[in-house]
Amino acid sequence: MHRKTILQAKEDLKQKKYSAVELTEAVYQRIDDVESKVQAYIHLTKKQALEQAREADRRLSAAEEAPLLGIPIALKDLICMQETRTTCASQILDQFISPYDATVVKRLKGAGAVIVGKTNMDEFAMGSSTESAWHHPSMNPWNLERVPGGSSGGSAAAVAANECIGALGSDTGGSIRQPANFSGVTGLKPTYGRVSRFGLIAFASSLDQIGPMTKTVADSALLMNVISGKDPLDSTSADVERPDFMKSLERSVSGLKMGIPKEYFTSGIDPEVERSVQEAIKTLESLGMEKVEVSLPHLEYAVATYYVIACAEASTNLSRYDGVKYGYRSEKNDNLLDMYMNTREEGFGEEVKRRIMLGTFVLSSGYYDAYYLKGQKVRTLIKQDFENAFQESDVIVAPNAPITAFKLKERVNDPLKMYLSDIYTISANLAGIPGMSVPCGISKSDGMPIGVQLMSKHFDEESLIAVGHRFQQATDHHLRQPPL
Amino acid sequence: MRYEVVIGLEVHAQLKTQSKIFCSCPTEFGRPANENTCPICLGMPGVLPVLNKKALHLAMRACLATHCRIAPRNRFARKNYFYPDLPKGYQISQYELPLGLEGHINILINGTKKRIRLTRIHMEEDAGKLIHGENLGSPGHSYVDFNRTGVPLIEIVSEPDLRSAEEAREYLTQLKAILDYSEVSDCNMEEGSLRCDANISLRPVGQKALGTRTELKNLNSFRFVQRAIEYEVERQTQILEQGDQVIQETRLYDSTKGITFSMRSKEEAHDYRYFPEPDLVPVVVDNEWIEKIRKTLPELPEQKRERFVGEYDIPEYDAGVLTTSRAMANYYEECVSLHNEPKIISNWIMGELLRELKNNQHSIETCPVKPEGLISLLKLIDEGTINAKMGKTVFEDMYRTGKPAKAIVKEEGLTQIIDSSVIESLVDQVLESNPEQVEQYKGGKEKVFGFLVGQIMKESKGQANPSLVNKLLKERIS
Repeated sequence: MHRKTILQAKEDLKQKKYSAVELTEAVYQRIDDVESKVQAYIHLTKKQALEQAREADRRLSAAEEAPLLGIPIALKDLICMQETRTTCASQILDQFISPYDATVVKRLKGAGAVIVGKTNMDEFAMGSSTESAWHHPSMNPWNLERVPGGSSGGSAAAVAANECIGALGSDTGGSIRQPANFSGVTGLKPTYGRVSRFGLIAFASSLDQIGPMTKTVADSALLMNVISGKDPLDSTSADVERPDFMKSLERSVSGLKMGIPKEYFTSGIDPEVERSVQEAIKTLESLGMEKVEVSLPHLEYAVATYYVIACAEASTNLSRYDGVKYGYRSEKNDNLLDMYMNTREEGFGEEVKRRIMLGTFVLSSGYYDAYYLKGQKVRTLIKQDFENAFQESDVIVAPNAPITAFKLKERVNDPLKMYLSDIYTISANLAGIPGMSVPCGISKSDGMPIGVQLMSKHFDEESLIAVGHRFQQATDHHLRQPPL
Repeated sequence: MRYEVVIGLEVHAQLKTQSKIFCSCPTEFGRPANENTCPICLGMPGVLPVLNKKALHLAMRACLATHCRIAPRNRFARKNYFYPDLPKGYQISQYELPLGLEGHINILINGTKKRIRLTRIHMEEDAGKLIHGENLGSPGHSYVDFNRTGVPLIEIVSEPDLRSAEEAREYLTQLKAILDYSEVSDCNMEEGSLRCDANISLRPVGQKALGTRTELKNLNSFRFVQRAIEYEVERQTQILEQGDQVIQETRLYDSTKGITFSMRSKEEAHDYRYFPEPDLVPVVVDNEWIEKIRKTLPELPEQKRERFVGEYDIPEYDAGVLTTSRAMANYYEECVSLHNEPKIISNWIMGELLRELKNNQHSIETCPVKPEGLISLLKLIDEGTINAKMGKTVFEDMYRTGKPAKAIVKEEGLTQIIDSSVIESLVDQVLESNPEQVEQYKGGKEKVFGFLVGQIMKESKGQANPSLVNKLLKERIS
């Protein structure tokens, strides 16, 4: 049962092949079986989940319809859910109980979903391997010595290991797409403003987006139908009509132009990754898509620009964790300044502190123009690159990451190397456009999954879903199971 | 050397909204601590601000009422600093792109109109309030009340155009009147809805460049603003006269000691790391909206003052006092509409009425004597039932007891004596008992006449008609 996709489980529940409670229990059984190896979750919400499942069964037996009725979903642990811990994988919020539901949680609950638990992540979503998590790291279900990617590594691993039917992650610089890639699942980062950020604990406000992490593109389409749309509680959520993303699954991709950005295939890319992505491009050609070369000339500045802007925003977003109101407070607090300094010194991990310092620096008087302001200018150039590229193409097809999942501890002490694993995903966040990672092969050298990245214009997730779904109909990469 | 005082003021005014600027919590004053809070104004993880449209609307009214240009595209910024009353660790304010720019307010100084330029008006959220345990019987602990957190404010920043403490006070009086008239703010200083910081520097008369300034904070009444500035001007003058230099710093005013003291130096000043607030989209205001608001602005204090001078033929000074608040001006106009004696009414309001209000700590809104009451008293005087002097006593009684003028006059038997024969006998009585003074008067000492009038009035217990007394005394004594 736990291997089912959302759409399969939905159909089975409707046909009463099993109940929502049975499905939920099967998922928890799977968690019992493999969680000690994978460690995808920070904590489970079993009691509430079973109540939600029973309620779903009641509604199912009354033949009620709801998009996710009885479907076990996992949430990255930076999405607030009322009366449950929301830790951000940080000591500073370890005991924080959210007094409210994030908008996406309200929408999931409204759609009948069963919330299985809160998944692991890099602390405050700052990282690319889920190793900066305070509680414990997560392992890649394909190879337990390797990372599942990050920061949504727990959600990726939980989906890959069938410890849930689908999950939500968040993506600030690639945090959905890169772990989806590393763990062999599908991940979609929507357009900035498509999904409400209310209740998403902020890392970088102008870049963060919540998105689905699922076993198939079709499942992502269904989740997108539930979570997207204007939210009066989020001023940055866009007032655009939400399409029925399920309709995109029926769309033909023949005649669509796929832009291949030459800058994404230069030195530094693993040959196995390049081979797999080129094969995916061939597959898409065979589906009638037309290949055009495009250029995104400012790619080389993306990582630097990203770290300036994201850290600047993070440095002030994380100011509220000061020991005054909630969360961790240092015992050593003889005076106010000590309380602040010791609380933050002890409560935050190394990577978070590194980024707070970097962000504080770039916003400081005398440095603002040289860093933050310049960063914003380059960001505009990167946006323009994409606008130009989308003049000539409908969907950009590129690698997601230059490498496959690396080994635990391999990169923790080399932040720059760690940062470069996001080089292909960061631009979409800077430009605000949607991006998706779809499994496209297994590396012959290390046996780890490889994904292909699809990007499209603002608010054109429909093209990504159409192309991704056709690709999954034509291939079986997404059906492969890790050897757990 | 003679120095010129240069002052610029930063005024924070609370916008008169039902709910906070970025969430729907009430702004009501005086509720139990932390009752007016929610996850958003408490800065819980994951929350986002949404701009209260009413707050923007009121801020725009303030801009238009002070002749500011409204920026068609303005935006919020984060002002970063750590303090326990600031739950997010930053205040959402406006920085590079404020709502209003380049306005002005006209003030009257010794009958001369002076224009004080405004640099900007911007919107921001208020912080909370710390309560130290000493006041709650738990010394060593501090508590925080977030009820004020997120209350909408505007900050009105003037150019350094003010030249004395008196001008600063007049500016504040005018600004308060404008905000009151335009219904932007209650301007209640006790509840903290109007607060002021002052930047003060001195320069030798004739010098163009500004001197080193100090910033005074914590000025929570108009009187304190004036006193603090006076103190600071004196302090800076002494420093300069000794040949020393003023240090750029932030100083606090201690109202009990009447002094200012250093809070932090320039070196210790915060680096607020302002940057555009990414959780809010830029505020876009179109012309149509601006014009719509402009049309709903009422007559403002300056226009009203000028109209009062023209329409009621009262001195500019009177018009200025009568227009300091909308309620006061309404009171005056209601009186005049009931009794067409604008100058007499003005005298009564500025004299008797304001004195009673001040003594009883009332405002014109809570004044127990309403316009009809005052006018019925003035009519009794006009008709000669009582004289003006008696009227003042009656007014005090009206104020105290709330009874109508007629009832008091009747109860106290206060009718004016206009019977000539009664007054004549009083005159005779006084002349008989003061032969010495009568001789003096006849010898040319005319001042004694006033003394004799006074004696007669005294004999009549103040009830004699003064002009009759004058007339009859003159007849008898010459």
